[in-house]
Amino acid sequence: MLIPEVRQKWANPINTITIGATPEEGGTRTRTVTVGGSTTLPFLHFEGKIPHRPALAMEVQDITPKDWPEILGEHFSDVWDDPGRWAKKCVDQLGADLVCLRLAGCDPDGENKSPDEAAVAVKSVLEAVGVPLIVWGCGDNDKDNEVLPQCSEISAGERSLFGSITEDNYKTLVALCKADGHKLIAESPVDINIAKQVNVLATDLGLDPKDIVIYPTSGALGYGMEYVYSIMERGRIAGLDGDTMWAMPILCDIGKEVWKVKEAVSDEIAEWGDQSQRGPLWEATTAYVYLLAGADILIMRHPKAVSEVKKYLEKLIESK
Amino acid sequence: MALTGLGIYKHLPKTNCGDCNFPTCMAFAMQLAAKKVSLDQCPHVSDEGKAALAEASAPPMKLVKIGKNSHELLIGQETVLFRHQEKFHHPTGIAVKVKDDLAEEELTNRIEAINNLHFVRVGEEIGVDLIAVEHSSTSPQGYARVVKKVKEMSDLPLVLLSPDPKIAEAGLEVSAERRPLIYAATGKNWQQMASLAKKHSSPLALKGESLEELADLTQQIKKLGVDDLVLSVDGPRVADTLQDLTRIRRLTLSKTFRPLGYPTIAFVTGKDPFQQVGQAATYICKYGSIVVMEGTEPWKILPLLTIRQNIYTDPQVPNAVEAKLYEIGEVTSHSPVLVTTNFSLTYFTVEGEVENSKIPTYISVVETEGLGVLNAYAGDKWSAEKIGKTLEEQKIKERINHNSVIIPGLVAVFRAELEEDFGWKVLVGPEEAARIPSFLKNEWKVTS
Ligand code: B12
Ligand code: SF4
Repeated sequence: MLIPEVRQKWANPINTITIGATPEEGGTRTRTVTVGGSTTLPFLHFEGKIPHRPALAMEVQDITPKDWPEILGEHFSDVWDDPGRWAKKCVDQLGADLVCLRLAGCDPDGENKSPDEAAVAVKSVLEAVGVPLIVWGCGDNDKDNEVLPQCSEISAGERSLFGSITEDNYKTLVALCKADGHKLIAESPVDINIAKQVNVLATDLGLDPKDIVIYPTSGALGYGMEYVYSIMERGRIAGLDGDTMWAMPILCDIGKEVWKVKEAVSDEIAEWGDQSQRGPLWEATTAYVYLLAGADILIMRHPKAVSEVKKYLEKLIESK
Repeated sequence: MALTGLGIYKHLPKTNCGDCNFPTCMAFAMQLAAKKVSLDQCPHVSDEGKAALAEASAPPMKLVKIGKNSHELLIGQETVLFRHQEKFHHPTGIAVKVKDDLAEEELTNRIEAINNLHFVRVGEEIGVDLIAVEHSSTSPQGYARVVKKVKEMSDLPLVLLSPDPKIAEAGLEVSAERRPLIYAATGKNWQQMASLAKKHSSPLALKGESLEELADLTQQIKKLGVDDLVLSVDGPRVADTLQDLTRIRRLTLSKTFRPLGYPTIAFVTGKDPFQQVGQAATYICKYGSIVVMEGTEPWKILPLLTIRQNIYTDPQVPNAVEAKLYEIGEVTSHSPVLVTTNFSLTYFTVEGEVENSKIPTYISVVETEGLGVLNAYAGDKWSAEKIGKTLEEQKIKERINHNSVIIPGLVAVFRAELEEDFGWKVLVGPEEAARIPSFLKNEWKVTS
């Protein structure tokens, strides 16, 4: 029997973005990472092109994290007092495509590290690894506006991905990244219109939309994930339909959310089964679901979760 | 599904007699298309006309029932491609396999393990929905014995997994009254399988090499009077299955392509548990009506049940509990008071931890329009003032002989105002509910 055609022709491909610059391109990276470029929804090879596999970043911090559970500590406690060594382990031993340096130590309510110290951390990671960097502030607007300029300058030309700009705080970072040749993470609180609005504000200042990655906020499996999932699907469909303010690749910050929820962290509930498997599986599963909604870059923590999501991606990116 | 006025008009008598209280058949057809009237209002439609219109107005994806009575699973009749367009209606059934070559004790253990794959999340029971009995090596009698055992030990609906009609028949003979899903009719055995399905009025899964073959099979089998069908989709790779499931869903909903307008079943493959869960996650999110899993480890099943719960919640309905004072355990005037929001997920997470602590506790739930702690704060749905007033309305001070209230760590900013304006002694609790038990044990006692 003849089956009707259900291939959809979408108006617009998702933007392609390359993070990291090699020496020929003005940076020092030995590898770059390119994501985006899809002309269809996730993994629908019958309909369009998916030129780049989503990328996996592993998270590194500028301080020894205090709230990471033992199940993560057992993999990182040998290196987590030194962001450079920590990053190197993620890349050399654990296969990270990118390193995300989160400047948690700069938080004024925490260790309140100085911009100089942050810049040293950035430098040490750049020196330790050849992969591109994501540099993420501590989330305090004023402090980030002090810290990130130094981090941007010291890595000018590296084409790192800096985060994050929001509706209320974008001017400093947009100006910097334009000047120093970086890319930007545009953050919004699980809201399709605010996500657009941040992009409008940034591009009004002259930022190229192709330099933006959307971070629509992430929630862990079982803790609000479905809201984010649907925002991502709606946004991705809008982007493919021709909305240029949603045509950006999407980033999900998963480890940070997963490694505080009970299902990942607790070994007290016997009925839930082996935590050493359940923990990383909770992170991997959160990742699988976001990949199906359109994620292009994932920030993750547990080595097993990272390697399994990679395997999963290999199977989804190839087809008959 | 949506039949146009013109499409309906074709099947009306076209006499414009007016007995339906509309001046013309066309006018009546338009009203019918808009679902404003029902077909019985025209006394003159022919039987063929009725049949054609019933067929055409049937939902594009069939609803199929597996199992009987209180233990039935309904799958299919989905109406959208994406949950934000409306909602998904019938949650993916999660099946776990049992093989028929297990030794008696192993079999018993396995069925028990499957029965135990039930959890409570967000105040809702979630669990495995089906047991799939897979034929491997035994005789028809051996297979029937295992099916019987499964049936005796578990109320879950069954899937009989064998391409051999003799085996399926043996299984059906001992379980037909439970309406098991027969898996599967193929290009080779479909006549025998369809007659078994007909004889026992059981739903039947179909397996083809391609969507084209599946469509041919459904049409042939339908002619034999069997229409409770489930399409088996398993491409060689997870990406192929995902794409076939997507094509079927689109064909059904965008093209009303009836030959494939049925629910689906997909299987996880391989031995690696993380990859099995990856496959199952894919099919739960993307259009699998049943997913057949391997293994009974709860750490593998819990994330799948959680995805299903997430993806199948209705995005248009705020998931809220009643905003009132809850008493957990045998509360007394010394019991602690926790404040939280009326988002179901928030409330039940907190309630679960209070139960874990085994310390009788009051939970004062504030009306926040179904938003969680930070969302209610960012969306101006609660404030120190609102909490203060709620505590007054709930008359909590009449029940306790202390003056302390515990607020979520994420809204520590409420503390000063609650203390100054409402006279409470405010304890800022942890940011995560998981730390509530240790907080109540260690810090609450000390400070109260
Ligand atoms: C899902 C989600 C939504 C959903 C709503 C879900 C809901 N019903 O609440 C939607 C998409 C609708 C939404 C909307 C908005 N959101 Co929102 N959302 C999220 C998200 C992803 C998850 C929140 C969640 O459900 N968590 C799970 C629940 C269970 O957590 P919880 O309620 O905090 O409860 C936990 C603890 O607090 C503790 N707890 C609870 N009660 C108690 C009580 C005591 C005594 C103790 C000790 C502990 C305790 O136990 C629970 C488990 O640990 C978060 C980001 C994130 N990853 O957290 C953003 C987030 C909360 N949203 C945010 C914002 C800004 C908004 C909006 C204002 C955006 C907008 N459109 O303008 C709106 C607000 C709503 C409105 N306008 O009406 C911000 C809040 C920023 C801030 N710090 O104030 C966040 C943090 C995102 C961000 N990083 O910017 N959001
Ligand atoms: S009653 Fe039937 S036949 Fe008569 S006008 Fe109405 S639709 Fe036409």
